[in-house]
Amino acid sequence: MTSETEFAIRASGLTKTFGSLTAVDHLDLDVPKALVYGFLGPNGSGKTTAIRLLCGLLTPTEGSATVLGHVVPGDASQLKPKIGYMTQKFSLYGDLTIQENLEFIADVYSYPRRDRRARVEDLIERYNLDQQRNQFAGTMSGGQKQRLALACAVLNRPKLLLLDEPTSAVDPKSRRDFWEKLFALANEGTTILVSTHYMDEAERCHRLAILDHGKKVADGAPAELQAATGMSVVEIATDDTAAVQFELKKLPEIRSITQLGVRLRALIPDSRKNPVAFIESHLSSLALNSKVVQVEASLEDVFVAVTQDDEKLDTAA
Amino acid sequence: MKNFSRLIAIMRKELLQLKRDKLTFGMIVGIPVMQMLLFGFAINTDVRNLVAGVANEADSHLSRQLIADLEQTQVLRIDYVVASPDELESLLRGGKISIGIYIPPDFDRRSIDARRSAAQLLVDGVDPTVLGVANQIRNLPLKFDTIAGQKERASTFEVRPYFNPEHRSSVFVIPGLMGMILTLTMMLFTAVAVVREREHGNLELLINTPISTTQLMTGKVIPYILIGLIQLTLIMAVGDLLFSVPIRGSILELYIASSVFIAANLALGLFVSTVVKTQFQAIQVTIFFLMPSILITGFVFPFEGMPGIIQVIGEALPTTHYIRLTRGIMLRGATLFEMRMELLALAVFTLIAMVAAIQRFTKRLD
Repeated sequence: MTSETEFAIRASGLTKTFGSLTAVDHLDLDVPKALVYGFLGPNGSGKTTAIRLLCGLLTPTEGSATVLGHVVPGDASQLKPKIGYMTQKFSLYGDLTIQENLEFIADVYSYPRRDRRARVEDLIERYNLDQQRNQFAGTMSGGQKQRLALACAVLNRPKLLLLDEPTSAVDPKSRRDFWEKLFALANEGTTILVSTHYMDEAERCHRLAILDHGKKVADGAPAELQAATGMSVVEIATDDTAAVQFELKKLPEIRSITQLGVRLRALIPDSRKNPVAFIESHLSSLALNSKVVQVEASLEDVFVAVTQDDEKLDTAA
Repeated sequence: MKNFSRLIAIMRKELLQLKRDKLTFGMIVGIPVMQMLLFGFAINTDVRNLVAGVANEADSHLSRQLIADLEQTQVLRIDYVVASPDELESLLRGGKISIGIYIPPDFDRRSIDARRSAAQLLVDGVDPTVLGVANQIRNLPLKFDTIAGQKERASTFEVRPYFNPEHRSSVFVIPGLMGMILTLTMMLFTAVAVVREREHGNLELLINTPISTTQLMTGKVIPYILIGLIQLTLIMAVGDLLFSVPIRGSILELYIASSVFIAANLALGLFVSTVVKTQFQAIQVTIFFLMPSILITGFVFPFEGMPGIIQVIGEALPTTHYIRLTRGIMLRGATLFEMRMELLALAVFTLIAMVAAIQRFTKRLD
């Protein structure tokens, strides 16, 4: 039994094309059990398609995946009762109340009749939905809808939760609460695959894969990824950010440059030794009051370092 | 047991949603009542008081008797009495009369001779209904006169349609109208059923649950059979109260036949729902099916009068068979057993449409 292994998901060479577009390009994936695993990538990077392939909603053009020991999409019907899926768009019934939605999902999963009431009550309490239990789902706030969607996804106690950008429509407070719920589930042994384009959420994951144009460009624990960017990160504090930015953009060695208030943040490949001196030497001619320091790479720096620059791609092509 | 709970879950959900959709809920009652009132009163092929003219060149006792008999049918109203057939022709051309009655001078002699017609009807053939009326009354004087000797035994059944002695349209129209109303409402319910869930995103969640396609499809059909039977009851109540439409056969058999017909339309709608991409398309396709269901099923025009190929298409439509069933059971007092082939046709149609819908619906997105 493959399900006895330490991996909830294993995929190799998973590929999906839609016409001339390759949405997922030879994706290899090993997702360990009982962890929160993140898919980080910009819009259109193939996160949703990858999740749909993994739950058997789409047939791969190439490659294969084993999810909880079941080959998808062939064994998808055996897999369905064991997974919970939260779609990117709210997909419960807006004209049913919270309680009715939960009861409907319980019946659809054939949750044992005599335990159903207790389970629904338990979820209403656990996901703070008691106030709204008789409210129509369509009239709730983004955060409430998201809690209901999660409650429905976990109702059948799935071993694997697939969450497609679950926090895209909620405020920061709700996002924090939501992540606490996810870790509670992971502690109970649920494997969670969550896609996001928020850096702070990606940093919370135990492990993550960065997707770009359908390809996995990096994976590992966030700290590992930050340590292994292959880039030095330099911050320049200056009075005239526009002039400095203009000057530094001329340098082909600089991978990216971005502004954070009065500071500029530049990525320089490790191959260039002593990056601080390198920058300082180029700014000396401007005769500005500026201060250059090397800092730790953030996940955003990792993301920028590994994803392709669309502009550079276009000019190269 | 598991299968059953999932089926019930879908059914319960459909009914709950329906209950909250006030407009649709209103339509369940509104459509049948409105349509019954509109069509029951408006579609009127009764022909009464057609304006007629007479040119009686015989002017005999027998001919005056014939004219009096014609007037008594109330089908004709003789407004013009003229001297010659030429004058009748000009009245016809001018649209003053629909039918001209010409009685030749030798009428009395001709009326004894069964091989010759005794008189002439000049008919405005533009309206086929008028022509039909002329064909009917043609038989009245001829029969009458050829057996003039045994007047008291003469039968006048030629002008008296057996199943609709008062010749009222509503009696003929309403059983067909039942088919119309049910086709429209039932098909629409399921035609939008799957597309709506696709548009709202519900489907992506549903297909990720253990529910099977058959459970999903069946669960979407069954609640609406009940809705359809409620509509049927309403239609029959209005038919009885306002139009005194008889139900000569068994009401139970009428309900059985209707259930199968309702299922056929729901299954067809469901199939449509798996083909179209938006609710708007679903409505268009429904109307596409509704038009022939009105025109070539025998609802408006007699089925027998249509060309062969149109009859073949008509036979493929469930409404054709249902109209035969309702007219048979309600008006002629036929039994379901006598009409079993029509019921079988509906059952086969339902099965094919249901299987096609289940086949077309996949639990995948590609």
